[in-house]
Amino acid sequence: MYSKYFTEEHEMFRQSFRAFLEKEVRPNVDQWEADGRLPRSIYKKFGEMGYLGLNRPEEYGGLGLDRWYTLIFDEELARMNSGGFGASIGAHSLLALTHLTYNGTEEQKQKYLVPGIEGTLIGGLALTEPAAGSDVQGIQTTAVKDGDHYIINGSKHFITNGVYSDYLIVAVKTDPKLGAKGTSLIIIDRDTKGVSASPLKKLGWHASDTGAIAFDDVRVPISNLLGEENRGFFYIMQHFVSERLSMAVGGVAGANYAMELALQYISERKAFGRSLNKFQVLRHRIAQMASEIEMNRVFVYSLYDRFEQGEYLVKEASMAKLLATQLSDKVITQSLQMFGGYGFMEDYPLARMYRDTRLGQIGGGTSEILCEIISKALIDKKGY
Amino acid sequence: MNKKYELPRTIYATEEHQMFKETVNQYLAQHVLPNREKWEKQGYCDREAWLKAGELGLLGITLDPEYGGMGLDFTFSSLVIEEQARAGIAAPGISMHSDIVIPYIEAYGSEAIKRKYLPKCASGELIGSLGMTEPGTGSDVQAITTFAEDKGDYYLLNGSKTFITIGYTSDFTIVACKTDKRKGAKGISLIIVDSDLEGVSKGEPFAKLGLKTSDTCEIFYEDVKVPKGNLLGEEGQGFVYMMRELPRERMTIAIAAIGAVRGALELTVDYTQQRKAFKQPICAFQNTQFKVVEVASALEVTTAYVDRCTELQSRHELTAEQASIAKYYSSDMQCAMIDECLQLFGGYGFIWEYPIARMYGGARVQRIYGGTNEIMKVMIARSIFAEYFTTLRAKMKAKRAKAAQLN
Amino acid sequence: MKSRYFTEEHEMFRQSLRAFFEKEAEPYISQWEEERRIPRDIWKKMGALGFLGLSYPEKYGGMELDFFYDVVFNEEIARMNSGGFAITQQVVQYMSGPYILKYGSEELKQRYIPGLISGDLISSIGITEPGAGSDVQNIQTTAIRKGDHYIVNGSKTFITNGVYGDLVIAVVKTDPDAGAAGVSLLVIEQKMKGVSARKLKKLGWHSSDTAELSFDDVKVPVENLIGLEGRGFYYLMNGLQLERLCAVPAAVSGMERAIEFSLQYMSERKAFGRSINKFQVLRHRIAQMSAEIEALKAFTYHACDLYNQKIYDVKLCSMAKLLATELAEKVATECLQFFGGYGFMEEYPLARMYRDVRVGTIGGGSSEIMREIIAKIVIDGHGYAKANAPVAQKSATNPAKKAAADVQSIENIVAKLQPKAAQADPLGSTLKFNFGTEQLYIDGSGEVNQVSSSDAEADCTVKVSKTDFLRLVKGDLNPMGAVMSGKIKIDGDMSVAMKLQSLF
Repeated sequence: MYSKYFTEEHEMFRQSFRAFLEKEVRPNVDQWEADGRLPRSIYKKFGEMGYLGLNRPEEYGGLGLDRWYTLIFDEELARMNSGGFGASIGAHSLLALTHLTYNGTEEQKQKYLVPGIEGTLIGGLALTEPAAGSDVQGIQTTAVKDGDHYIINGSKHFITNGVYSDYLIVAVKTDPKLGAKGTSLIIIDRDTKGVSASPLKKLGWHASDTGAIAFDDVRVPISNLLGEENRGFFYIMQHFVSERLSMAVGGVAGANYAMELALQYISERKAFGRSLNKFQVLRHRIAQMASEIEMNRVFVYSLYDRFEQGEYLVKEASMAKLLATQLSDKVITQSLQMFGGYGFMEDYPLARMYRDTRLGQIGGGTSEILCEIISKALIDKKGY
Repeated sequence: MNKKYELPRTIYATEEHQMFKETVNQYLAQHVLPNREKWEKQGYCDREAWLKAGELGLLGITLDPEYGGMGLDFTFSSLVIEEQARAGIAAPGISMHSDIVIPYIEAYGSEAIKRKYLPKCASGELIGSLGMTEPGTGSDVQAITTFAEDKGDYYLLNGSKTFITIGYTSDFTIVACKTDKRKGAKGISLIIVDSDLEGVSKGEPFAKLGLKTSDTCEIFYEDVKVPKGNLLGEEGQGFVYMMRELPRERMTIAIAAIGAVRGALELTVDYTQQRKAFKQPICAFQNTQFKVVEVASALEVTTAYVDRCTELQSRHELTAEQASIAKYYSSDMQCAMIDECLQLFGGYGFIWEYPIARMYGGARVQRIYGGTNEIMKVMIARSIFAEYFTTLRAKMKAKRAKAAQLN
Repeated sequence: MKSRYFTEEHEMFRQSLRAFFEKEAEPYISQWEEERRIPRDIWKKMGALGFLGLSYPEKYGGMELDFFYDVVFNEEIARMNSGGFAITQQVVQYMSGPYILKYGSEELKQRYIPGLISGDLISSIGITEPGAGSDVQNIQTTAIRKGDHYIVNGSKTFITNGVYGDLVIAVVKTDPDAGAAGVSLLVIEQKMKGVSARKLKKLGWHSSDTAELSFDDVKVPVENLIGLEGRGFYYLMNGLQLERLCAVPAAVSGMERAIEFSLQYMSERKAFGRSINKFQVLRHRIAQMSAEIEALKAFTYHACDLYNQKIYDVKLCSMAKLLATELAEKVATECLQFFGGYGFMEEYPLARMYRDVRVGTIGGGSSEIMREIIAKIVIDGHGYAKANAPVAQKSATNPAKKAAADVQSIENIVAKLQPKAAQADPLGSTLKFNFGTEQLYIDGSGEVNQVSSSDAEADCTVKVSKTDFLRLVKGDLNPMGAVMSGKIKIDGDMSVAMKLQSLF
């Protein structure tokens, strides 16, 4: 049905990646959820298989594949039912490595991108601050030049891989007078003096370490500047499209997985002498969910198709993320309901899905921010 | 003092209610909330909190003073449930113990049983739980398989119960079991089973999506010898008793729902006035204002219905169907509205230290326990289409009679 | 950005169809709505311009185009914001005509299809009865064979085009005891004795006529049977899929129109000193709806694309119909709200849209029926036979083509065309028809179009076979259709080609 998008090679990749995840991830996920972090070894395994560099250039160890491989990667990660696991892998491979690939200097690429693709050096992206969330312009962390160094002061919040990563790509104000246009991105190694982090306890995403980071007179060489000075806001916006499309893919895939689980359960569970899947109310709910999942999937695929052809899709990617994360919340809520009391229990998969899905509408631009972007494009005819 | 948009809560109009409310809130602030993290970690709450509640008269509120209760009406129970939910903490499970378990014993226990259990229940020395659900049967109570065999001077109990709220901390459980295997609903009886009897074993508290301070567990009964005097009421009447208690049980859920939303609303109103985005407090955004208005309106309207039901319940006039509407509607409302509130907290809404995140986790089960909301709708539908169901039952009966004749 | 589904030719077709509707339909629709009927002229005009029978075989006057022309047709007709207007012709083209085309005898096809494509005939489909809706097996109308006639008795209801139409494809029981296997399709002409129609009043769709039809001992020749006796149920199950699929692009386009109307209004209307399009709550509602419409549109095109490849996916089409009609209701409701009191007024477009969308989740299989179908597939793994799409077969050898093979000389053509071209308005540019070795040159840059056989450079060069060119001249081939089906290839200024119509 989707043969216009996927080749046989794509399907083979999906199968082998799924087998890899079933072997290396599924059996360990509960432990990682309990630990609140991923072990280093899993990144390394991903790296050895080339999974961290699917669409990265071959000269840095990547595989140089098209974006459909990344889409399959995201879809399969969602089936592991650990938002935290997916987020940690994504914060490294999708966020940090993307910025390095597109804006890094040759030296930075050798130092961070190559080991990043190998899975031996783990990164994260630090944008949000305690007082500035989706509102990137409100960033207050400053970087002041002092000879051939920047001196960085401020704090970052809700940073995935914030505690255990090796470096962070941090959004700072290099020129506070310019507002959003005074933002730059700087690579900060975690062992630099003055960097401290503390883990945050969360409703969900337990397997990922989410940190509050403080920078206290941190001295970083000017060569750690990513791209040009005061172009940070532009870089961030530029990569929001791929981030949002990726979240949309995850949202749809997660919803689909939840429905699969519910379908299985209601075919086995009996009440009043019949399988639950014979009750019309549940059947119609499934029909509605299946339809919405299918529609969202087709929508996201159509956008990947256009994105791959080079179209710049700020409005559309925002739409896709908005809908897919809403869908995920809705489908997971209803699937949990089909499990009855078992849905509330940790031994059953829906409980974790339920708390993990909730961040979808918040992270990577809240639904409200997405509506702002969409309405600006539609009503004020703002061009992105 | 009410805000202009709020309706006066006439069910809590007396001075006694106001004083009682203060007592409840002091209790929560001093003896409950400071222990949250510890209880979450261990998965249940400490007995001290129960004893303290007993001391303050928060257990057995409607219980006859003859047995150590306060002898107040259900509106006072409602007040405790609502305030506790508003504070966003599930433990101690006062409503389960005081508004579900105790009333069963008071209504159906023999005098000896009442003397033995009730005073200690009211003081918090004894905690009770209710065992209905089994691994294979949820809201479909007639299909339970736990069996109590009559052995002359005792019952021999075998089977297992799951999803037992406060089951892990409880000292005894009222177990719904079959005393006559051949019969469906008419074979069900209620028996008090002490947790220290031989053959009773409990699973570890379940890890749950929310309500983490409160324990839920599985209890196994293997050849447990239970004294016959522990039977509540008559044999085979268990189902009837449970049906009779349904309105009260469902109301505890409905009341908790409006309490939780009230708490969430207060937190959200505070937060949205403090938090700034794009250089203004986020309550300056019309979207925020409208969302908060939607939450407040849904809460006010639902509260009016729930209060009316509470009032009827306090006079023992509430029907199970009315309570079903309250339970289904308010718990749906709770989930939807807390979701809206959480959204306004942005990333902080996902952080466990923020009560809104915990409220979100805890809300979900409200639509499941006490009979899923689907079951509520089944019950309400039976009342709406009463005529159809009566004819249907008559037809089925005739069919069965005919089949029996042919045999 | 190049669309995966639409070519430049599709877009040209869209523009000309839209221009036609805006000129010939939009100004009159309110009147038609009020009169509760649509005059036949509009359909005849459409037929003459080649806007009907898009995917029907050339043999019967159709255009043999791909399914995305039908998509354009449904999108554009829905932009007129009159469910009644749209449904009248949708019923002819997609819901009744295809049964004759796909299953009817050659005689039936010859008798009716050309008329349906030229706009001279209006057909309807009679399934529902006062006592049976989506439950086709239980229909009560009987057709009992007596010699070479069927005697039809019974009644049908909710029949679009049932009052003013010419023929109805009636679903009848030829074997009343046989359940689904006794169902047949019969063409009944409205003028036959014993057919009577009662016009029904409706919540919406005011310009269309909806009838309750009664058949009282109607004598119908056996030749009017479509296909085989007892196969009607099967034919219907296949046909309903096309009906459902066509409703979807129409619904999406209607929603986009609603948003257009709303954005326009919101930019003009002021409240509290600001345009109402500055209020965040309204903006977010627009954003949410637009996102949903955009997603649905991608889904729609995907389903249509599969259909175009003759892959008919029952699950996908049922899902699309369900989601599209449900969303249409939501969008109409919310957009009307933007208009405030004006939304309730007939002079504003949303009032009509609001009442017209309501039937979407009911007709063509209700939302509940859609969910039943989807649930059967998703939960029970029910495999519905993947029916092949009833896309018209390419006619093998067209006799008309052979007749035209006595190719005329260029001189003859020039002589014949010159007076015609001189009468038409000047083209305003130069145009060359390239027949391979020979060519025809029209200089329309002066006051009068001049035809010659010169080989000069032209603003626009049209590559076409001489045979097809002659058919064009004779009026046997529709120029727009010929462009779209690739019979004519245009190089250079497209706008010149748009004027071809006026030359012939």
